[in-house]
Amino acid sequence: MSSNRLVRKTRLFAAIVVVTNVLGNFALSWGMKHGAALDGSPLSFVMVVFNPWVLVGISLLTGWVLSRMALLSWADLSYVIPVTSVGFVLNAIMGAVFLDEKISALRWAGTVCIVGGTVLVGLTAPKTER
Amino acid sequence: MNAWIYVAIIVVSTVASDLLQSWEMKRQGEMTNFGIGHLLKTLLSKLPLIASVVFLAISFYAFLALLQVADLSFAVPATALSLVAETILARLLLKEKVTAARWAGTALVTCGVYLLAL
Repeated sequence: MSSNRLVRKTRLFAAIVVVTNVLGNFALSWGMKHGAALDGSPLSFVMVVFNPWVLVGISLLTGWVLSRMALLSWADLSYVIPVTSVGFVLNAIMGAVFLDEKISALRWAGTVCIVGGTVLVGLTAPKTER
Repeated sequence: MNAWIYVAIIVVSTVASDLLQSWEMKRQGEMTNFGIGHLLKTLLSKLPLIASVVFLAISFYAFLALLQVADLSFAVPATALSLVAETILARLLLKEKVTAARWAGTALVTCGVYLLAL
């Protein structure tokens, strides 16, 4: 496979990994805050699992595990870990937009560091061994 | 004190999960069939991948337990230690070539995670 195609395929899968993780976490936490609460009884557990938001969250996180597994079949772990860390930033932004959290100057500085680090690692070749 | 035990469990199980998954998937070779059924079958038929999911579940439950005894602003940067540990082990055990650019990027991301949690 030409290195150009490899890079494009790697970016596509990294994007799928990040989006399924961020949306999955969001759906799960939204579902836990808007619906049946866990009180330790088996019935409350069943109610939580069949909450549509929780179901969507679990499906998205299953997609996250599978797409990450596929990505790791060719890309280095030391590439995948920092590149998919951009999810931390998207999680913070989702919190600011949908949960009305304030983003401090320090948090913006952290966001800039993560995006800069992600771009830096993203510019290296995704596959180095063999 | 209790909180640091959870942090240790989270870091060790995350690192174990990712190393096992990366190692086994490289052994399988580059995937070309991305059907959900094929991916699930691969995940459930290889022992190192099953073990990696078990470690992922342990890490997830330990994170939930950590959040009950510690602030999110402690939990996120403390568990980001796994980023650095995994890069070092990817180099030592998986024989990846971690270039200067990749080290610098990983360090920047780790700093960023700490700042986000302040």
